[in-house]
Amino acid sequence: MPPFYAQLINLFAAILLLLSFAMLSQRRVLSLIDLFAAQGLALAASTAVVAWGTGQHHLYWSAGLTFGLKVLLLPWILYRLIRRLNVNWDVERLINVPTTMLIGIVLVVFSFNLAVPISQLASTVTRSTLGIAMACVMLSFLMMITRRKAIPQVIGFLSMENGLFFAATSATYGMPMVVELGIALDVLVGVLILGVFFFQIREQFDSLDLKHLESLREVEE
Amino acid sequence: MTASAFLSQFAQVALALALAPLLVGWVNQCRAWLANRSAPPLLLTYRTIRKLFMKDAVVASNASPIFRLTPYIVFGAMVCAAAIVPSLATDLPFALAADAIALVGLFALARVFIALAAMDIGTAFGTLGARREMFVGFLAEPALLMVLFTASLISGSTSLPAIVDTLAHRELAIYPSLALAGVAFTMVSLAENARIPIDNPATHLELTMIHEAMLLEYSARHLALIEWASALKLFNYSCIGLALFFPFGVAQGSDEWTAIAISVPVLVAKLAAGGFALALIETASAKLRIFRAPEFLGTAFLLAVLAMLVKLLLGN
Repeated sequence: MPPFYAQLINLFAAILLLLSFAMLSQRRVLSLIDLFAAQGLALAASTAVVAWGTGQHHLYWSAGLTFGLKVLLLPWILYRLIRRLNVNWDVERLINVPTTMLIGIVLVVFSFNLAVPISQLASTVTRSTLGIAMACVMLSFLMMITRRKAIPQVIGFLSMENGLFFAATSATYGMPMVVELGIALDVLVGVLILGVFFFQIREQFDSLDLKHLESLREVEE
Repeated sequence: MTASAFLSQFAQVALALALAPLLVGWVNQCRAWLANRSAPPLLLTYRTIRKLFMKDAVVASNASPIFRLTPYIVFGAMVCAAAIVPSLATDLPFALAADAIALVGLFALARVFIALAAMDIGTAFGTLGARREMFVGFLAEPALLMVLFTASLISGSTSLPAIVDTLAHRELAIYPSLALAGVAFTMVSLAENARIPIDNPATHLELTMIHEAMLLEYSARHLALIEWASALKLFNYSCIGLALFFPFGVAQGSDEWTAIAISVPVLVAKLAAGGFALALIETASAKLRIFRAPEFLGTAFLLAVLAMLVKLLLGN
């Protein structure tokens, strides 16, 4: 029987996986942002539990950073963006929900299989959750592929970063502080730049549908 | 096989037959309370069944023997299922005959016959109800099997008493896989028992009916048996859920007469809590469009599969 904190981490890992699937099946953009915030909360909580259970005190900082950035700041920016862009539409998807779910299950099986031999090499208590972290990354990829509009794709990108962060925590008890700060700043700046991009895309095409970006054409006179 | 084993087997079936209508009455009463209506009497289901038994049966002139046989087959299947599910004790002589997969098969048998009987008369509503029932059934069945497989994976056996024995004796810990499986099982039970997100048991509008549409041609003792059977089905599903996810208080071992005596009030208390939870879910949710049912049950299947995968990955 693993110690209590390891059970808690497993629970949070399962919640993370569940939230990834919930984001995959969510129809509305605003609920998608709420789910993203919830995922950030689960991530921050699990990081804090790892810090508490293993005595790695620098992880408290990254838990706090995750909380501030992914639960408060980024959802707030995204909310503001959506209000400014005045878009409350339902998310359009390329494949219907049950099929996406089935593909998601296949991805989970794939990443669990992939992770088992890797996690044997790690010596952390949390190594068994590496599979779940990889599955979260895969599911975020799938979300970015199946969504047509720009904002859900950005949320997919952010949720992929959540998965990577969780993978780092479960495999090696987190990255060095400098790297973590760098990534946090990158994500923040990325979202800000993408926010500017949204306005440009809408200006150009009168919609945020990214299929307009697929065809490359010369500027017509 | 001891005498107490046979006693607990007998007590379990008798209790299921006696308590099933009470459970339905209790759920209806809770629903009425939660909706701020005056509640129907708790014993209404018993009275309905008694009234129906005293009436003369009317059968359509073009009905085939299947139509007459179905109530008995459905009722028999549900009684057999009540004998297999370890609700009171795990030492059940009859449970050796069938495991969890056969239990799903019993439910499927009842469903197939009731759908055949609904199509037998040839009315439009019966056919419509039968088609919808099979549609919901074929989506719910894999999810139910996956939930049962997760439980069997944990205990290394598909026999329900063995599963409950293992689950009841595990250390107290957080089991993410069981939590996922529990949610999936709740969703499947709602769909299988024609409860609100999928079907409305209180509807009077034929176009929205699923389960009720298949019973429109039945009357008197046939209808009584089918009503009793659906109450038993709800009872069985509740008992499976309680046995898998709250396996405390189920009598274990062979010759403990007191354990069986204690397990009866424990079961009643658990069922009362479960019935209230069911009423709460039904009050809080709205009926889905029939075309959203695949999504609902697909989610249940997904959760069940995730439960199994998480069990394999995390080892608990």
